Formats: sequence, structure tokens, C-alpha cells
Amino acid sequence: MTEINAKGLRFKELNEKIRAAVAKGEKEITVKGVNGQYYIGDGLRGTATIALDGVPGNDLAAFMDGPTIVISGNAQDNIGNTMNSGRVVVKGSAGDVLGYGMRGGRIHVLGDVGYRVGIHMKGLKKQSPTIVVGGKAGDFFGEYMAGGVLILLGLNEKDGATLAGDYLGTGMHGGAIYIRGAVDKGFCGAEVGITEPDAEDLATIKEAVGEFCKDFGLKPEEVMKKPFKKLYPASLRPYGNLYAY
Amino acid sequence: MFKSLAPPEYLATIDTVKCIRCKRCILNCGWGVYSWGGDKVLIATSKCVKCLRCYHYCPEEAIQIHDNPTRFKANACWGYNNIRNIKRQAESGGIPLTGMGSDLPYPILFDNLLIDACQVTNPSIDPLREPMELRTYLGKKPSSVSFVDDKDGHVRLKEKMPPQIKLSMPVMFSPMSFGSISLNAQKVLAIAAKECGIVMNTGEGGLHEDLFPYRENIIVQVASGRFGVNPDYLNAGVAVEIKIGQGAKPGIGGHLPGEKIPLEVARARMIPVGTDALSPAPQHDIYSIEDLRQLIYAIKEATNYKPVSVKIAAVHNVAAIASGIVRAGADIVYLDGFRGGTGAAPTIIRDHLGIPIEHAIAAVDDRLRQEGIRNEASIIAAGGIRSSADAAKAIALGADAVAIATTALITMGCTVCGKCYTGNCSWGITTQRPELTARLDPEVYAERLINLVHAWEHELKEILGALGINAIESLRGNRERLRGVGLDTQTLDILGVKPAGR
Repeated sequence: MTEINAKGLRFKELNEKIRAAVAKGEKEITVKGVNGQYYIGDGLRGTATIALDGVPGNDLAAFMDGPTIVISGNAQDNIGNTMNSGRVVVKGSAGDVLGYGMRGGRIHVLGDVGYRVGIHMKGLKKQSPTIVVGGKAGDFFGEYMAGGVLILLGLNEKDGATLAGDYLGTGMHGGAIYIRGAVDKGFCGAEVGITEPDAEDLATIKEAVGEFCKDFGLKPEEVMKKPFKKLYPASLRPYGNLYAY
Repeated sequence: MFKSLAPPEYLATIDTVKCIRCKRCILNCGWGVYSWGGDKVLIATSKCVKCLRCYHYCPEEAIQIHDNPTRFKANACWGYNNIRNIKRQAESGGIPLTGMGSDLPYPILFDNLLIDACQVTNPSIDPLREPMELRTYLGKKPSSVSFVDDKDGHVRLKEKMPPQIKLSMPVMFSPMSFGSISLNAQKVLAIAAKECGIVMNTGEGGLHEDLFPYRENIIVQVASGRFGVNPDYLNAGVAVEIKIGQGAKPGIGGHLPGEKIPLEVARARMIPVGTDALSPAPQHDIYSIEDLRQLIYAIKEATNYKPVSVKIAAVHNVAAIASGIVRAGADIVYLDGFRGGTGAAPTIIRDHLGIPIEHAIAAVDDRLRQEGIRNEASIIAAGGIRSSADAAKAIALGADAVAIATTALITMGCTVCGKCYTGNCSWGITTQRPELTARLDPEVYAERLINLVHAWEHELKEILGALGINAIESLRGNRERLRGVGLDTQTLDILGVKPAGR
């Protein structure tokens, strides 16, 4: 267990300290006094768990490959930019463009998230990223999605409330979005199909919700009580007819 | 089916007297022009793109490909391609795609610039017998240097030199992704880059494991689609490039048609097989210079501060944008001019957006000098560099190095037919069809590309020798050694070049 005081440190110095601790083989790292430093855990590898006390700045866990970062409060934009593997847990809300081009690992946000979350997420059979959001999301949720899983829970919302903003799944051509609540076709991108989740989908949701609940001490049975809708890419080539050859 | 009202562009013909029915043309054509009719070869000429693969592999020279003489009536305003595109659009409702750089007759200023030479009053240099330095370092340079004497009598630089990319000559290969070109074509570039001491660029499509041995000669690219980007990838090469734009399609994103996405490409990009790989036009995490800085430093943090290049298309306001890029912390600004190539772009975008590279180099170099930040970043110029003379002129205008792509592909057999987006390239370059890519033997074609690079190296040395200078550094930004012919005053002013005779 190592404790780092981030007060007054610039991002470079802070990351150097975190990297040095990870290089020493430290598995539990606590960072106190985080105040907007960018790039925390950027490109970091290994299996350490890093607990952040305070509000970290943009591009947290960008390109990260393995570690777990737990944020006690809110987080800002661009979390998990092109993240390869690992886990980010946000106990408050988070900003825009979460998980841009994300390739693997999990991002769990208990509160709400901003615009363009899960944009251009990737996925292969073996390596597939998951983002679970406890609250609501802004516009362009799952834009250009090419793989992976996005789940929107709306934990504190009334039945029938809309959980995502406009242009939901615009340009989607892979992966799946699961929404625990109503989905208005009028707010979805033209490339999106809406259906009921099948048994395989429910297994995926259950597994992801189970992991999410572990991080926040919630009961998965409670969360699973409400029905989910599945959003899927209606076509592999949504823009295939746009061009003349 | 309704017959297209656009007559075929080319007429493929076979001299049946010369033809020995060997069927090599059927085998070689990736477009399906030829088929066997029982006693002779049948020709579906509307599929022909004039790539000349069949011609080269016909042992009897029985094949001729002509521009179709049956054209629309000649008209100076309504040209053949205007009418043809309207008909194609009327039939499909789609945006005509194209490959390669624009083929429209816009002025090429390189052809209006001439290089100086020494006569009598200043001696030229014979590059065959005297040392001639082409080595180029790309990256930030200190604004001033000072020296200290070591204990053992060596002189050492006092400042810490920022990381540099070392090139044996000021030429590199432009980004072309695995997907847009075949893996074998990428291997040709990698082998040649290593042999010649220069670099290739992965483009935005990941780095195939077969290229790992060439990491000292590779720049990896990150763009809006984030295809194939992980920490290993970022650290695999000598530098990382953020692609904002491409000269052939400024302001629009990447587009790799589903025809070119088989399993291996899909795996490298982590997307479904057969989907269109779309790199969004904007990078949705970059809406400002400050945001660009954020991505530059996110990459620097993830790579222990490797040089970062930012590639943009040359557009109207390129000088101010380049200044912002340098201030955002980029080590290299990569300018891709209007005539730059592409694997797939809407024709209307390719032919009508952007500005030529010559103007862009001069404007950016001027602006960075005026602001006192020219040393903060190197400039790479690309977009229609056809010869070592173009390269020398680009460098004299202010570039640190040039990047070539179409030129490199031509050494692999490309005839600039411009159909890269179809995935049917009969030369095995811009295709992923295994029976076609197998034609491009990396070792054999690398030899040809190496020959070209070496020939340019000799030519550049000859040009320097004629100029009476012995290092490419002395030509860089040295516009006094250029003169314009047939250029108006304002263009000369923008280029910072005097007219010939002055």
C-alpha cells in the first residue's frame, strides 16, 4: 500500500510517481488530493489498483492496459480513451467522450455521463470492452459503435423515462447497446435496430451488471428486475448505398 | 438490366491472330474483363480500368487497351467526365468514389519553379567525389545551442536535445494503412525503408506482426477511428502521428470500403468483417488547439515522450492552423497538399477542396518564422511529389522532408488507374483478395523501391552539387535558390520566390 500526495504536482510528476510505484510491484496505490491532473494512468500497464481521492482531469486511463482506477467522486472528459484493458470505476458522474475507441476492459460510472460516450468502441470475440452507466447519458451515446457492450441503467429514473439523449447509436455498425427502460425510435440513429434481448444478451447483461454492482455494493437482482431493450446495428454497411462505384 | 448510358472508358482488344489462347489475361485481370468462350477470350470491356496488367502478362503482345473513341461529343464546357459522372449519379444516386490524387489540370507550381546553379563565380561541387550530406533529423530543435568542454577534451552540447527521427535523406513514405493497401505492399515499404535508412508510416489500420522487425523505420498513426491503437502499437515505432486530415479529402474522414475488409484486416482494426471502416470526419475529442494538445500529451505520456507528428490537409488557413499545432506541442507538422493520393475518396471532395502543397509549405514556413517558432517543429510536405526535383523544390520552399506514396506504389506496378477503392487491384497493391496480393512478392518489389530511393538520393546530391552546396541543410528554406517562370506577382509573393531573370 503506497500513498501519493498529488497536491501541487503537475501531471507528469504525478504519473512518474504512480509509474514508479507500479514498477516497484505495488498493488494498492492511493492518491490523495487529486485536483484536475490530466492523463492519470495514461498508457499504464500491470494489475495495480489505484484509488483516487478528488477529481481527476481529462484523459484518465487513456491507452491504459490492465490496472484498476477507482475515483471517489466525479470524473471529467475522455476517460478510457482507446483503453486496452483494465477497469475504471467512477463513484460520481463523468463527462463527455468516455471510452473513445475503447478496445477492452470496463468503465463503470454510478452517476450520469455526458455526450458521445462509447464513441467508436471496438470489439473482437475475445477482447470486448464494456461500459456500464448507472444514470443517464447525453446525445450520441454509442456513436459509430463497432463492437463491445454499452449498458445504460437509469437506476434512479421513473419507469418510462428516456435514459439517453438524441442520436442514440448513430453510425453503429457493430456491438450492442442495452438500455434498462424505454427507447424512443425517434431519438435513435437511422442505423439502429431495436429489439428485446435474447437469452445470450441477457447473459451478457447479467454478467456486466454483476461486475458493476460489485463495485458499488448494489444488488444485481434488484437491477435486473426492470426489462432491457437491445439496440443493434441494422446493417453492417450503413452507408454502403451512399457511393457509386 | 438497364444498360448504363455512360459508354465504357476503355476498349480492351485482343488480336485474335496473335493470341495463343494461353488465358494469362483471364488469370491476371482482377476486374473480370476476360473470360473463356470455348475457342477465344471474351471481353467485357466496360469493366476495364486500363491498369495494363493483362498487357504486361500477355506473352504475344496481342492485347491493346485504347481510350474508347466512342465518347460524348467533344465540348469544352461539358467534358467527358462531367457528363459521365452525371450519368453515373443518375443511375445510382450515389457519390462517385475515386482513388489516387486529383487528375484535373490544376496548375502544378513545382513545374513553374526552377532551381539555381553555379557558373564561374561560385564553384559547383562534384557529388561523386566529394562528401554530400543528405541526413535529416525531424523533431523539435533547441532555440539556441551552447557547448561545454568535457574533461577529456570533447565538446558537448549543453542543451538536452529533444527526441529526433533520423533519416538518411529527406524522403519518407506517406501513411498507407493495412486495409487500404495489402500487407505485402506494406512489407515492400518496410523493407525499403529499413534498407534506405528512412521511415514508412502505418496509416490508420494497426501494425501487423510481420512488420515488427522494422520498428526502427516505422511511424505509427492514430486517427479518429482509433483502428489498431494500443500501448504496444504506440510504442512500436520511432514516432506517433495524429492524423487530422488528408490532402485528397480535407475535412472528411477515412473510408475503407467493406470489400477491402476480410478477416485479417477486421482483426487488426477490431471491427466486423465486411463492414465499411469509417474514420469519422472529426476527432470528437478534438475541437480546438487545446484539445489537440491534450491528445498530443496523452500520447507523449503513453510513450515516454516520443516525437509526435500532426498530419493535416493543406487548406486555406493552413498557416494559422500549423502555428496552433506547433504551439500545441507537436514535434512535426505533416502537410498534405491538394494533389495528395487516397485509397478512397468522393471525387467531388478530392477534386475541389484544399490548396496545393507548394503554397502551403511557403505559407507555413513563413508564418512559423515570423512567430519565431520554426525550430519548434519540422515540416513534412506531401501531396504529389513526383520526382527528386519536386522534393528539392519543396525543401527549398521550407520543408524539412517530403513524403511519397503514389511514387512508391508506382514502383510496385501501379499505373495510377485510380480504382483503389474497389479492392480489385490486379497488381496486388490496393486489394485484400489473396489471389491478387500473392502477386506482390515483397522482396522482389522492395528491390525496385530501393532502386528508386537510391536514384533520388543521387539526383538530390547532383542538384546540391550544381547549387554549390554540400548539405541539404543549406537548401532548406533557401528560396533565393528558386526562380519562378510564368507566375503572377502575387503567387511569387506567396511563394517568396523571385521571377526568373531577377
